[in-house]
Amino acid sequence: MSSIVLYTLLTLSSVGALAAIILYFVAQKFKVYEDPRIDEVEAALPAANCGGCGFAGCRNFAEALVKADEFGSLYCPVGGNETMEAAAKILGKEAVAMAPMVAVVRCGGSCDVRPVINKYDGAASCTVASALYSGQTGCQYGCLGLGECVDACSFDAIVMNPETGLPEVIDDKCTACGACVDACPKDIIEIRKKNKNDRKIFVNCVNKDKGAIAKKSCEVACIGCKKCVKACNFDAIVVENFLAYIDHEKCKLCRKCVAECPTGAIQEVNFPERKVKKEEEKVVTETSEKNKEEGAC
Amino acid sequence: MLKTFSIGGVHPAENKLSANSAIEVLAIPQKVVIPVSQHIGAPAKAVVAKGDVVKVGQVIAQSGGFVSANIHSSVSGTVTKIEDTLDSSGYRKMAILIDVEGDEWLESIDRTDNLVVDITMSAEEIKQRVAEAGIVGLGGATFPSHVKLAVPEGKKVEVLILNGVECEPYLTSDDRLMLEKGDQIMVGIQILMKALNVNRAIIGVEKNKPESIANLEKLSAKYKGIEICPLKVKYPQGGEKQLIKATINREVPSGQLPLNVGAVVHNVGTAFAVYEAVQKNKPLFERVVTVTGKTLAKPSNFMVRVGTPVSSLIDAAGGLPEDTGKVINGGPMMGKALSSIDVPVVKGTSGIVIMPEEQASRRQATNCIKCAKCVSVCPMGLEPHLLSKMAIRQMHDKLEAEKVMDCMECGSCSFECPASIPLLDYIRLGKGRVGSIIRSRN
Repeated sequence: MSSIVLYTLLTLSSVGALAAIILYFVAQKFKVYEDPRIDEVEAALPAANCGGCGFAGCRNFAEALVKADEFGSLYCPVGGNETMEAAAKILGKEAVAMAPMVAVVRCGGSCDVRPVINKYDGAASCTVASALYSGQTGCQYGCLGLGECVDACSFDAIVMNPETGLPEVIDDKCTACGACVDACPKDIIEIRKKNKNDRKIFVNCVNKDKGAIAKKSCEVACIGCKKCVKACNFDAIVVENFLAYIDHEKCKLCRKCVAECPTGAIQEVNFPERKVKKEEEKVVTETSEKNKEEGAC
Repeated sequence: MLKTFSIGGVHPAENKLSANSAIEVLAIPQKVVIPVSQHIGAPAKAVVAKGDVVKVGQVIAQSGGFVSANIHSSVSGTVTKIEDTLDSSGYRKMAILIDVEGDEWLESIDRTDNLVVDITMSAEEIKQRVAEAGIVGLGGATFPSHVKLAVPEGKKVEVLILNGVECEPYLTSDDRLMLEKGDQIMVGIQILMKALNVNRAIIGVEKNKPESIANLEKLSAKYKGIEICPLKVKYPQGGEKQLIKATINREVPSGQLPLNVGAVVHNVGTAFAVYEAVQKNKPLFERVVTVTGKTLAKPSNFMVRVGTPVSSLIDAAGGLPEDTGKVINGGPMMGKALSSIDVPVVKGTSGIVIMPEEQASRRQATNCIKCAKCVSVCPMGLEPHLLSKMAIRQMHDKLEAEKVMDCMECGSCSFECPASIPLLDYIRLGKGRVGSIIRSRN
């Protein structure tokens, strides 16, 4: 009886020992060296796997950081400068500081200023709708309002405003990863420089139609009148294809263009209120009353 | 047992309301808008300028490449503008706007009604004339016809198939044309046969057009080599691959052209346009358009000059009914709803269908119950439920492997889906993305 136990133990241990030896040599033969720093860098990254850096995920980005001689354009918009410094510290490289950015929706065509002229009842996807036709309003460039950008955002930083029918970016949550920019078939969303106190000056329109046509389809469309170009002291504004564009690198947030814009296409956000002349005040109240009457769409 | 294609297909209500309305010539409008891109391929380049006086049939935009087509003026008058104008998709595209003055035709065009039977041109001359006349496939796809006539070396065409199926519900323009212009179509077919160097042609017609079939059968005795093939009624029999399968029982392999199985398919409307171009020297600037709908006072078939606004066709058919939900450009299955009725009729406009509000709106989509009805009706043997899911999830490699590019967007899947899922919308999205991936690869 005891001999059976003995034989069994001996056989099993010798098979085990043999297998261990084979496995040892196989492991030696097929060994893949992986830089341990990749794991360290990956741990320092935000683990959002959003693709904002241009890589498939945080690990891919970590590999790229470890491989790269210099960081250069490699940058994690989600983690920002802090994360990049942490990664640089692990790798003994120099971090390249970049200005924080934020996504900006450049369409102000809410339902009270841009009338809906037809009804879309197809699949609720902006890409599908834009491939079929120009959209529910007379503006072929404007927001379709079906919320593909909202679905694309991994950070809940962009939401549809049911009152305007337009998406709104929550600046504090936005990481400028650019997923919404890629999702939007109309190229309305742009990643722009984040200013102090989240202040923004931008052309809230992407309509490239001639002024008359643009104005007909939307009250707050840019008509390409170039008044803003003349008003700007910093050469920050260019008008191309009847559409103004404010270079966020050159803009000094002086607000002169906002005052000049005849249609209100240039928007200022998060600025302290300025002194309003009496006449203008009247206009403002009129429009706000009109909005109240019409209500949400 | 009547012939038809073997897999899939649906049976929508036929509703051929305008089948007994003879083709009427619609009055020339005061202004026309002629887009420079009315075909698949490169847009044509405008060769007239603002202020130029043009005659009917004059070239106003020159073909922009091999796969492209000339555009001719459909009216006489003065060019007022060349600018981006609303097209049927609601986007602004380059168009030539002409103010109409009188109706002065180019003198080279034979305006008489005499039937010219003898074909004096050589095959090469025919191909050139078809290209010059700006003829495109009039079934709706608007592929330039001269490209289809240019058979590459080493390929042999055995049979010319004429598409007189008109499987879309409501539409009757081809039906009326076969009934009223049968002789001209027959001569047009003979011209196409000469250009392609084939001695056999088959006209496929669904059996719901008995008068057209009888008329063509009577005429075919006079013309050599033309057979009439009555087909069982089933949508989408007018699809090129379905028609080839139905008439000559050959299957065009995935990703290949009908030429690979020895066939070339042209629409009967195209054959009529070829007749007019070759025998009468008349370029393509007018076509038959069906204007129809259950709520419309007078469903009609009109001979319309290209560039006429859709609104004037509707007015001529009794005006837009009040409860209109959608105005569809094309048939109800493959057509697209118009966002404005001010857009012009183009070469590819086969019909305008008016749908009342209650019929037009889509039902609320619910969850897929995996009934596989879409699979059983797909005439290309695809799995629409799978393709649409893959498109939503952007699985482009798998979409390509599942042959999304074979989809011809007939809409049978969306039509049959009991859950009202907009399957085709998503498949079209996936198809577009996979198509651009394939193009970027080359």
